[in-house]
Amino acid sequence: MSNLPVPSMTDGTDVAKFGGGAANDFVTMTVADQLFGIPVLTVQDVLGPQRITRIPLAPPEVAGALNLRGRIVTAIDVRRRLGLAKRETDKVNMNVVVDHKGELYALIVDNVGEVLSLQADAYERNPATLDPRWREVSGGIYRLKGKLLVVLEVARLLDFKPKRGAEAA
Amino acid sequence: MDDLLRDFLTETNENLGTLDTELVKLEQNPNDPALVSSIFRIMHTIKGTCGFLGLPRLEKVAHAGENVLGKIRDKELVADSNAVTLILESIDRIKSLLSVLEQTEAEPEGEDGDLIARLNEFAAGKPAGAAPVAAPAAAVPLQALAPTPSAEPEPDEHGFVPVPAHKTAAVADAIASQKAAMPAPVTPPPAPVAAAPKPPVPAAQASKPPAAKAESPAAAAESAVAASSIRVNVDVLENLMTMVSELVLTRNQLLQILRSQKDSEFAAPLQRLNHVTSELQEGVMKTRMQPIGNAWSKLPRLIRDLSHELGKKIDLQMHGQETELDRQVLELIKDPLTHLVRNCADHGLEPPDERKAAGKPETGKVILNAFHEGGHIIIEIKDDGRGLNIDKIKQKALQNGIATDAELAAMPDQQVAQFIFAAGFSTAAQVTSVSGRGVGMDVVRTNIEKIGGTVELKFQRGKGTAFVIKIPLTLAIVSALIVECSGERFAIPQISVLELVRGQANSDTTIERVNDAPFLRLRNRLLPLVSLHDTLRLGETRKQEEDKSFIVVTQVGNYTFGIMVDRVFDTEEIVVKPVAPILRDVPMFSGNTILGDGSVIMILDPNGIAAGSGASAATMSENQAAQAAAEGSAREAERIALLVFRAGGNAPKAVPLSLIARLEETDAGQIEYSDGKPVLQYRGKLMPLVTIDASYPIRSEGRQPILVFADRNRNMGLLVDEIVDIVEERLAIEMNNARPGMVGSAIISGKATDVIDTAHYLSQAFGDWFGKADAPFGGVASRSLLLVDDSPFFRNLLQPILQVAGYDVTTAETAAQALGLCEAGREFDVIVSDIEMPGMSGFDFAEALRRSERFRETPILALSSHTHPADIERARRVGFTDFIPKLDREGLLASLSELGARSAAE
Repeated sequence: MSNLPVPSMTDGTDVAKFGGGAANDFVTMTVADQLFGIPVLTVQDVLGPQRITRIPLAPPEVAGALNLRGRIVTAIDVRRRLGLAKRETDKVNMNVVVDHKGELYALIVDNVGEVLSLQADAYERNPATLDPRWREVSGGIYRLKGKLLVVLEVARLLDFKPKRGAEAA
Repeated sequence: MDDLLRDFLTETNENLGTLDTELVKLEQNPNDPALVSSIFRIMHTIKGTCGFLGLPRLEKVAHAGENVLGKIRDKELVADSNAVTLILESIDRIKSLLSVLEQTEAEPEGEDGDLIARLNEFAAGKPAGAAPVAAPAAAVPLQALAPTPSAEPEPDEHGFVPVPAHKTAAVADAIASQKAAMPAPVTPPPAPVAAAPKPPVPAAQASKPPAAKAESPAAAAESAVAASSIRVNVDVLENLMTMVSELVLTRNQLLQILRSQKDSEFAAPLQRLNHVTSELQEGVMKTRMQPIGNAWSKLPRLIRDLSHELGKKIDLQMHGQETELDRQVLELIKDPLTHLVRNCADHGLEPPDERKAAGKPETGKVILNAFHEGGHIIIEIKDDGRGLNIDKIKQKALQNGIATDAELAAMPDQQVAQFIFAAGFSTAAQVTSVSGRGVGMDVVRTNIEKIGGTVELKFQRGKGTAFVIKIPLTLAIVSALIVECSGERFAIPQISVLELVRGQANSDTTIERVNDAPFLRLRNRLLPLVSLHDTLRLGETRKQEEDKSFIVVTQVGNYTFGIMVDRVFDTEEIVVKPVAPILRDVPMFSGNTILGDGSVIMILDPNGIAAGSGASAATMSENQAAQAAAEGSAREAERIALLVFRAGGNAPKAVPLSLIARLEETDAGQIEYSDGKPVLQYRGKLMPLVTIDASYPIRSEGRQPILVFADRNRNMGLLVDEIVDIVEERLAIEMNNARPGMVGSAIISGKATDVIDTAHYLSQAFGDWFGKADAPFGGVASRSLLLVDDSPFFRNLLQPILQVAGYDVTTAETAAQALGLCEAGREFDVIVSDIEMPGMSGFDFAEALRRSERFRETPILALSSHTHPADIERARRVGFTDFIPKLDREGLLASLSELGARSAAE
């Protein structure tokens, strides 16, 4: 099993040490070259590519299930969820494991970056022009130097059953 | 809620449950002093605790009840039906007060003056109590009967479950939050209940045994129970169970790794870990076990009230209430059980006059019986009433449009009876205040099937009805068959799997189609098939040729169907984990789990698949009767499918079909020669070809039929003249002085037929066919093996295989002969024995061996074509080390090499 250690950060600390940190610490990740962030406290683990068991009839966003130290984790294809193109097969992906209502979910993203501590004055609410699909899962945007970071709302990211359930049934 | 109050509620509810049953018993035996004092003591305890906690309303009611009981104890009053009804009423009042107390933590406002007055009047010896009591008594049981859990709080709702201390002793260290020792509720013995009020007991008789004398032994018994019981929070047990489940999974993973490594130094400690884990698992499972009597404790009261209400005389008999099962399962079957019992009493039993007219005793019987059977619990609920009214059911089925007139006319009664399980099939015409509470039989069945159980209905007109419920002991760990379809693996719970069939073109098991819907003829029945590939829409991947699918014959309720899969692996013990909430809408999966190799696998829900494949409730019950008829023939003597062919000479030859991978036909011109030996390019590889004997001429033109034997990724072809037939025969080999390659001759389809020895040809094609990876004994002195089988065919089939695997093989025809060899001082490292043998069976043989000091540790492997779980269980019990299906050569060799590795490690 390739449980990678949590990626180390530029200043040499790692995600785990941020356990008691401020609420505006974000684990950053990229999906299709877009930078996303998830509040550090909701992240349980960061894993490299995993063996994923496909789940037939599941909503298309569900990539499958994987085994994280004896716990079954449902893997969510974030690209699929955001309506993006499929990942090129030769590219390696990363899994960000989050806890939602006691269940573990692995968000499959392209890459995981450093943990950033972001200032509230750089925060903007969702711009009106954002694609509705994105607006649904975005909790706002941080202006960073040279790029923008979209805050992923995990609860809303995982809430796609009502719309897709019929399709799967 | 503070701890004191919670404990009080838990304990009082338990006590009240006991009171219910004891009072009903008291009605039967009004002059049992031990019973009276036990009831009195419980009431007294309730009163005392209420006073201590400052609950005046409860205290007053309990006090008045205690007064009446005191008089009964002192023989001043007789415990007749009126007295018991009155006391039951006071208990019901206490219960309703308690339920409010539980919700609000305060006693409700109100007065109990009337009840207390009646109780006091009764205590004062005024017979007037009888008249006013009648009306409220009828009303109260009704309300108590309604399946509203809030009205009758269960002990479990407070999160506590009594566990005998000996069970928890093993895991005591892990349990931090032990509560102080408290008496466990004493499960009452079976209480026959009759409706008729007993005649008052003559005063002279009643005054004989002094009450005080009886009290001391009873009290002693109770304190003994208290000392051996501790109270453990259910959450702690659940947690422990989860952890043990994880441990089991990890253990499985380790064992899997170990299997792939030869001579690992971890072998011995892992083996020990294996045993310890198994024992721990067993121990923890035991702590969750509760006697089924706990679920039954309310039934005597229920029956008593029912008999009053319906004017029937009912005798409730309960057997096997000490039978234990998982508390989770227990909780889930409580309601279905209650419903079934209520149904028996209400619909099943006739009124007394009708019974008399039918020549039966006036008192009807409702019998509950529980027992263990092969990893399952069987619960029977029987009555000796009128049986089912088939005409009424037919009418109703017509009305509901479940079946047509013509269909009904053709159906046997037992099949018609199954309709009562159909959804919405309420026998509304008969609804009384007792039944028809919206809990239909379909709900009963659904609830039982939800926990992997089955419910069966039998009845005899005029003689009675019986429901037989079969449920697994526990839900946490199940045995599952691992299958593969379109590259994905799935688990199917073993309980619903009946058998496995290999679909093959041009044979008895050809998959046929009607308008694209696949079917299989199985023992003269048409078995509907469901393609797992289509059901799960595994569309993207290539679909394997379905004609060669494995068919998992599955039973859901009474509906039998086949699931087509590509491959079948092993069975594995799996820990069922619920699927993520996102996936709860997918009805095809009942859960998921992690296999020994660490991969996640989905567990198929046969119910969901049956429903998804369009099987309705009606069709589900439909093919049942025919099924029963077919089963009779299926159980007949063990037959074996043989392929009959011709090769060299006129005499037909035969080989067991199960040994053949494929039948091929090729152009003889394609046969090539390599190193002087014939080979064929087959599926991108060279396949060696062998002939039946050296003198067999290889054709150079025309069509050449070939029998292909496969093993892993190697193939071998046997050239034959023609394939004649596939027959199912009882194989009785009559030996001849075997030529090489022949096992012997047998009469097949009325002709003398040579049965070929596959092993001979396989080793001819590949010298190391049987030896290769499975022979870890290189360098080790060959180990001695005793092979016991009455069939010369199997002896001759297995002996060369085992010899190639490095064993010094001794054979015996009968168990008696084998036992003789053993007793004569021969030593064997391993013993492989058939189960079904004339004279002494394999089970007896193993038992006899285990009794002897010398063979206590010797590994004994069972070989049998009967791989029913009950057989496997029995084999394990009598001392077999492993159980291998006959003809599973790889399984046998794998098991042997594992034994070899184990003994080398020790």
